[in-house]
Amino acid sequence: MIYREAGQFKTTYAADQAIFPIAQDRVLAALAVAAAFVVPPVLADEYWLQAVLIPLMVYALAAVGLNLLTGYAGQLSLGTGGFMAVGAYSAFKLATAFPQLNILVVFVLAGLVAAGVGLLFGIPSLRIKGFYLAVATLAAQFFLIWLFNKVGWFVNYAPSGTITAPPRTVLGVMVTGPEATAAARYVVALGFVALFAWMAKNLVRGRIGRAWMAIRDRDIAAEIIGVRPLRAKLLAFAISSFYCGIAGAELVFLYLGSAETLAFDINVSFLVLFMIIIGGLGSILGSFLGAAFIVLTPIFLTNVPHAVGVELPVALQKQIELMIFGGLIIFFLIVEPHGLARLWQITKEKLRLWPFPH
Amino acid sequence: MTRRVLLVGLAALIVAAAPLMPVAAQEKSIFIPLLVYRTGPYAPSGIPIANGFVDYFTLLNERDGGINGVKVAWEECETQYDTKQGVECYERLKGRGPTGAVLVNPYSTGITYQLIPKAPIDKVVIFSMGYGMSAASDGRWFPWVFNFPTNYWSQASAVIRYIGQQEGGLDKLKGKKIAHIFHNSPYGKEANPTLETLAKQHGFELTLLAVDHPGQEQKSTWLQIRRLRPDWIFMSGWGVMNQVAIKEAAAVNYPMDRFIGNWWSASDADVIPAGDAAKGYKGATFHAPGTNFKVFEEIVKHVYDKGKGAGKKEAMGEALYNRGVVNAMFSAEAIRTAMAKFGNKPLTGEQVRWGFEHLNLTEKRLEELGMKGFTHPVKISCEDHEGSGPVLIQQWDGKKWNLVSDFIAPIREVVRPKIEEAAVQEGKKLGYTMRDCSKEM
Repeated sequence: MIYREAGQFKTTYAADQAIFPIAQDRVLAALAVAAAFVVPPVLADEYWLQAVLIPLMVYALAAVGLNLLTGYAGQLSLGTGGFMAVGAYSAFKLATAFPQLNILVVFVLAGLVAAGVGLLFGIPSLRIKGFYLAVATLAAQFFLIWLFNKVGWFVNYAPSGTITAPPRTVLGVMVTGPEATAAARYVVALGFVALFAWMAKNLVRGRIGRAWMAIRDRDIAAEIIGVRPLRAKLLAFAISSFYCGIAGAELVFLYLGSAETLAFDINVSFLVLFMIIIGGLGSILGSFLGAAFIVLTPIFLTNVPHAVGVELPVALQKQIELMIFGGLIIFFLIVEPHGLARLWQITKEKLRLWPFPH
Repeated sequence: MTRRVLLVGLAALIVAAAPLMPVAAQEKSIFIPLLVYRTGPYAPSGIPIANGFVDYFTLLNERDGGINGVKVAWEECETQYDTKQGVECYERLKGRGPTGAVLVNPYSTGITYQLIPKAPIDKVVIFSMGYGMSAASDGRWFPWVFNFPTNYWSQASAVIRYIGQQEGGLDKLKGKKIAHIFHNSPYGKEANPTLETLAKQHGFELTLLAVDHPGQEQKSTWLQIRRLRPDWIFMSGWGVMNQVAIKEAAAVNYPMDRFIGNWWSASDADVIPAGDAAKGYKGATFHAPGTNFKVFEEIVKHVYDKGKGAGKKEAMGEALYNRGVVNAMFSAEAIRTAMAKFGNKPLTGEQVRWGFEHLNLTEKRLEELGMKGFTHPVKISCEDHEGSGPVLIQQWDGKKWNLVSDFIAPIREVVRPKIEEAAVQEGKKLGYTMRDCSKEM
């Protein structure tokens, strides 16, 4: 009843093509974004910001990036961790080499470096597809991690091989380094993810996104109707890596503070892939839902026993947590193989009729 | 029906697990978060350490009613040796207890690096005993981090001194070939700069061989060893890497008594899987193995005989169990030092930091604690957070570890300047300034 678009007439093409054609959606989305900017920095304590919300923002950005490549362009990639590492290490190099450079510019430049590397590793996709491509991108993952481990230049010859986020300010507010408050770092991460998710949403609705989807659904047919696979695929790799690169830079600069290559190992690639599979392939909203599921569920499960006053030995608790987490993944995939985003869509359709289904 | 069975089963599990429960944070207690890893690939190393810790704290609570009457409260948090989970644990636990967490033992070099920038802001002491950032030994730059009784660089130099002793003097090292096999991570790389300096000084030929995480695949490394035939091998490994390396060494017939692991590569879990092949393998340590000390009788009497032990009684005396005990003892003694100044009450992180900085653990005190000869006396100061403690060499006889050396002093004149140099570099990265120790009390 509330969620019904009766009476909302579209009189222009622009109105018809809006991201949120339904007024209720528009209001809801605007409120959600506004709330995300205002509520947590004011209300959340440091644990919530540092351990929950910042990683959520970082992973959501990486998931959006991978979703463009895998969900929209149909190119399976296991190199996410490697591309994130490129972003992180180039951000570190840039930030230390040009200390006066604004850190937000550094993030974008790091994303561009990652885009270049992604372009390079996207070349095999012109010849191979599916699982074979996954193996080729796996090579990117291992090669890049090996490279950062091996070459001391990337870590400014630090004997430990770790990179540390130097303290930097934006508009006079400290946003990276140990002195930066969690709230400031959260706002920066949220700003990036909001901006780039909005851009991604527009990208996939336009010519490029449609080309990607055509390639994904049937590449030969796409070629016949005039989509150039070379351009479309390489662009998908570049843009996806750009997103992942920024996410990687954020992972070190906004979330961890310092990191070694282990922070970007193959597990990260799998984690982000799981996020988009559970959230919904080919859906920007799905990237957020998937990231939220993967980041929040373990933390929720870890805190439940303490909250309800049951004290279990940690090992047992961890095993139970892993079992429940695994069970939930299987449950959601059985209930809705198209991901949480599809569940949300079904809910919306039901809501349009509610409470009078007939 | 099945649901009921499940519920009953779960209830039974909780009841059965009840005796294992940690002491809940209470009023008038001092809270210490324990970042442990009892699951995951590093669990074989993590379990004995955690048990040693918990048993010693239980002993203090049961026998003495805590530290000077203030109970020790702790809560374990599972990190799986994963940096991100470790940080999450730290953030979750740092506010517990009446005064918040006072000190944290990250038990992972990766987690230590994460927590170092947070320590001065949260006012929590980081006690990375024999691991973490070696540069943090310079207390002028890192007031909140302590890594006594000795660090990786001191250890590497002490091992070189030991090798020199075996060869008949440090001057005999000239022309000798020494290989360092290391876990390709910040932890594994720590010893490299020291070894390089020493190689230049003493004229031995150093080969650095990296093994990538997790270290199950080392064929190429050992092929190089076979070609190179080094006179000695020093290893900085962790987890599954160690046992694989020992098996590979046996496979290429490398003489085991010339293969020395650092103190994270010389636990029982590392040598047992290799079976007889591991006989003769050596390892560095800074405390004795075995249960031949009074403190273990006390633990049996006050903890295990009351059914409050964290692990199995037989596991006491394992290298890493003893490390947990020694770590808990150092922590407790530092808190006791702080109490002598600030009174017997739940202390704040700042007060405990003072205690760490003024810790003076004498031979006499060790004897009182039932740990005579178990570890070396330590004296910490504002400049020196490491104590430059000496190192022991232990050897595996196929059943247990035995000490085969006296305490070997590190080559301080080489290590300390390098630490001071690195402290400046690492400290500046974090935007720190050097404090003036003459102004500290």
